[in-house]
Amino acid sequence: MAEEYDLIIIGGGPAGLTAGLYAARSMLKVRLFEKEVVGGQTSITDIIENYPGFPKGISGFELTDKMREQAQEFGLELDMVEVTSVDFSGPVKKVVTPSGEFNAKAVIITTGVRPSRLDVPGAQELTGRGISYCATCDGPFFRNKKVMVVGGGNSAVEEALYLTKFASQVTIIHRRDQLRADKIVQKRAFDNEKVDFLLDSVITAVSGDGLVSGVTVKNVKTGEEKEVPADGIFVFVGNLPNTELFDGKLTLDERGYITTDESLMTSAAGVFAAGDVRYNLLKQVVVAAGEGALAAVSAEKYIESQE
Amino acid sequence: MGANVVKVDEQSWDAEVIGSDMPVLVDFWAEWCGPCKIVAPVIDELANEYSSKVKFAKLNVDDNPRIAGQYQVMSIPTFALFQNGEVKKRFVGAMPKERFVSELSEWLG
Repeated sequence: MAEEYDLIIIGGGPAGLTAGLYAARSMLKVRLFEKEVVGGQTSITDIIENYPGFPKGISGFELTDKMREQAQEFGLELDMVEVTSVDFSGPVKKVVTPSGEFNAKAVIITTGVRPSRLDVPGAQELTGRGISYCATCDGPFFRNKKVMVVGGGNSAVEEALYLTKFASQVTIIHRRDQLRADKIVQKRAFDNEKVDFLLDSVITAVSGDGLVSGVTVKNVKTGEEKEVPADGIFVFVGNLPNTELFDGKLTLDERGYITTDESLMTSAAGVFAAGDVRYNLLKQVVVAAGEGALAAVSAEKYIESQE
Repeated sequence: MGANVVKVDEQSWDAEVIGSDMPVLVDFWAEWCGPCKIVAPVIDELANEYSSKVKFAKLNVDDNPRIAGQYQVMSIPTFALFQNGEVKKRFVGAMPKERFVSELSEWLG
């Protein structure tokens, strides 16, 4: 027998936790499924300086842990399990996990994005052996070592600055001739004497025997390749939407993000999407939280309209 | 930490892990690492369910850098399944319980 809910939320980052807070506070019976880490990508961010209300900044872990606590205060049920299949075709939305089946009147998808992997020779074998996707987890392993940070966006440059706490030298390698990160973040990197730059450049191979020892760097303008020694490589080269579960069930855009209307309803009635998994222009915690709130209110209106 | 999870360090490593008759899943972790904290209850649960088949151990990489270095652990959480003193399986990052069960099915089944 499936358990019955008003609302099911899939994904426990800032969008899902905020949707959970709003829906639980509206007295809906709501269950949130998270397969890995509550807080999602945000939970591994060192410090968030642009979420309003925290003038000194707040760690991503602490911010999302507080979001979780607040939503649970109002009755959100949190279930740490992976959703393995969904059926959105009928008025009753079905969600299946290894621990059981769940029915809901509405669903909000907040599965977010995951970091794109470095896809070059040597990268797979050396992941966890010098190649990392989490500076806050792995930075302390690189005390007095030389690391490279791949990418030019906010994540890359902010994490590069975080890594200067440990590493002796941090080289930002970016495929374009200028960084994409916010100007204030860029300025900090330019002013930090431990940070240097390899622009117009990409990594084409990673070498090392058991541990990373260097990379092959190619200049995309000249085509010239050179070997650069490095002990660590931190990769922040964009994201992929976590939408495999919904392929063929919801309309996705050409890059795999879920498309919605203004109320954040997807192509399936009663199914909403919020946060990074929905194509939006600004992948930030404050946007995800705002969309989570809107999706919850839209879902509540939808449920009322069906009764 | 759950009652069925053994805390290991440089002193107890050879006896508890290398010389263990049972397969041992070692969780390489540190205080500073958010995903390590989040996955800890999952390991506790696995230890409660499967302690007759696999020993579950935690090694703090901060306090035991020599062992972390020896096994070339540069990302945490790293999980390594030891059998007869050798690493048979290794994976990085927090995962849901079901994923651990399937990754370790050879030893938990």
